[in-house]
Amino acid sequence: MRRIPLPVLATASLVLVTLALALVFFVAPNDADQGFSQRIFYFHVSIAFTAYLCFGAGAWKALRHLWKRDPRADLESYVAVHQGVIFGVLVLLTGSIWAKISWGHWWVWSENQLVLFLVLFLFYAAYFMLRFSVDPGPQRANLSAVYALFGVVLVPVSFLAIRLSQSLIHPQVFTRHGPNFGGWILAAYIVSQVAVLVLAYTLYRVELAGKLLDVRLRELRLA
Amino acid sequence: MIRNGSGDWRRVSYLSDVGALTRKDLLLELRARDTLPAMLLFVAAVFVVFHFSLPAGSSRLAASGLLWVAIVFTALLALGRAFVPEREQRTLDALVLAPCDRSAIWLAKSLATLTFLAAAEIVALPLFELFFHGLRGSTVAGVALADLGICAVGTFVGATAVVTRARELLLPLLFLPLAIPLVIGGVGASVVHGPGRYLGFLGLYDLLFALLCWAAFEYVVVE
Repeated sequence: MRRIPLPVLATASLVLVTLALALVFFVAPNDADQGFSQRIFYFHVSIAFTAYLCFGAGAWKALRHLWKRDPRADLESYVAVHQGVIFGVLVLLTGSIWAKISWGHWWVWSENQLVLFLVLFLFYAAYFMLRFSVDPGPQRANLSAVYALFGVVLVPVSFLAIRLSQSLIHPQVFTRHGPNFGGWILAAYIVSQVAVLVLAYTLYRVELAGKLLDVRLRELRLA
Repeated sequence: MIRNGSGDWRRVSYLSDVGALTRKDLLLELRARDTLPAMLLFVAAVFVVFHFSLPAGSSRLAASGLLWVAIVFTALLALGRAFVPEREQRTLDALVLAPCDRSAIWLAKSLATLTFLAAAEIVALPLFELFFHGLRGSTVAGVALADLGICAVGTFVGATAVVTRARELLLPLLFLPLAIPLVIGGVGASVVHGPGRYLGFLGLYDLLFALLCWAAFEYVVVE
C-alpha cells in the first residue's frame, strides 16, 4: 500500500485545522446553555476520540508484532502510544478548562472521561518507564507490546468502573438515536474531528520517520 | 486420573506442572518465612497509621475505603517478592527451558501469591473489624474476588518488572493504574447497599485480565 507523502499530509492538516478553527469560532452558533465557552467541546471531544484511536492503533500494532513478528510494528506501536499520550494530556488540559468554566473547579471527579484519561495517563506513563528500563531488542519489543495490549482491555474496564462509581454529569452528546445536534454544530464538529485526526496522523508519520532514521543511522554506525 | 487421548494427558500434565511449581513456592516460604510475616506486620502497621490519619469522627465509610488501600499495598509487598528467588538464584531461565507450558509458571506464581495474600487477609480482616468495626459480608466477598485479580495481574507485571533495570521501582508504577478498577469495585462492594453490580464487575475484571495474562505470559519470559 502506498503511503500518502508527508508534505501532502502536512498541508492537509494545516488547511483542515484552519477551516475547523474558522467554523468553530465564526460559524457555529453559541450554545444556549453554556454560551461561548462551550466551543471548547469541538476540540475536547475530537482530541479525546483521537487519543482513543491512537491507543487502539498502538495496541493493534503491538498485536501485529506479537502475532506476525512484523519488524516495524514495535516502533509503530510505540509511536502511536506516544501520540496517544500527547493527545491524552491535551484532553486533560481542555477538560480541566471546560470544568473550570462550567463547574468552577479545575478538577471534578464526577467527570467520567476526565478521570478515565487520568487513569490512562498514569498507565501509559508507566509504559514509557517500562520501555526505557529495558535495553533495545526483542525483549523490550515484547514487553512493550504486551503492556500496550493491556491498555485496550483497561480502557473499557476502567470506563465501566468509573461509570459504576458515580452518576453521569457529563453532557450526553451522542445517544442511541445519533448525535443530538444538527446543522452548523454538526458540520463544525465533523470538520474539527477530521482535522485533529489528520493532524495526529501527520505527527505520527513525522515521528515515525524520525525514529526510523535513528534506527538506520545506528545500524550504519555499527556496520 | 489419566484417561485415553493426548488432550486429557496434556491437561493432567499442565495441572501437575502448576501444582509442582506452586508447591515449590509455598515450600520456599515455609522454610525461609520471608514474605508472610512481613505482610502481616505491614498491614497491622498500616491500620494503626490509618487510625491516626483519620480525624476523630470520620465516617465508617472512610475506614472501608482505607481497607482497600491497605490490601493493595500489602499485595504489592508480596508481588515485589514474588520473583526475587528466581532472580537471585537465576532460575527463571531454567524454568522457561523446562518442558512445560510457560503460562503454568504464571498460574503457579499467581496461586502462591494468592495463598500468601489470603493468609495475610485472614488475619487482617478480623483486625480491621477489631480496630474500625466496619466489616460487612459484601466486603469479604469483594476482597476474595479482588484478590484473584490482584494476584493475576500483579504476578504478571511482577514478572515484567523483574526483567527491567528499574525492578522494584517499576512494579507499583505498572500495577497501580491496573488496580484502580479493582479498588473502585471493591470500595463499591464495601459501601453500597446493593453490592451485586460491583461484585459482578470484579468477577468480570478477574476473568478478562486472567485470560489476557494467561495468553500473554509467554512473551514476557521468552525473547
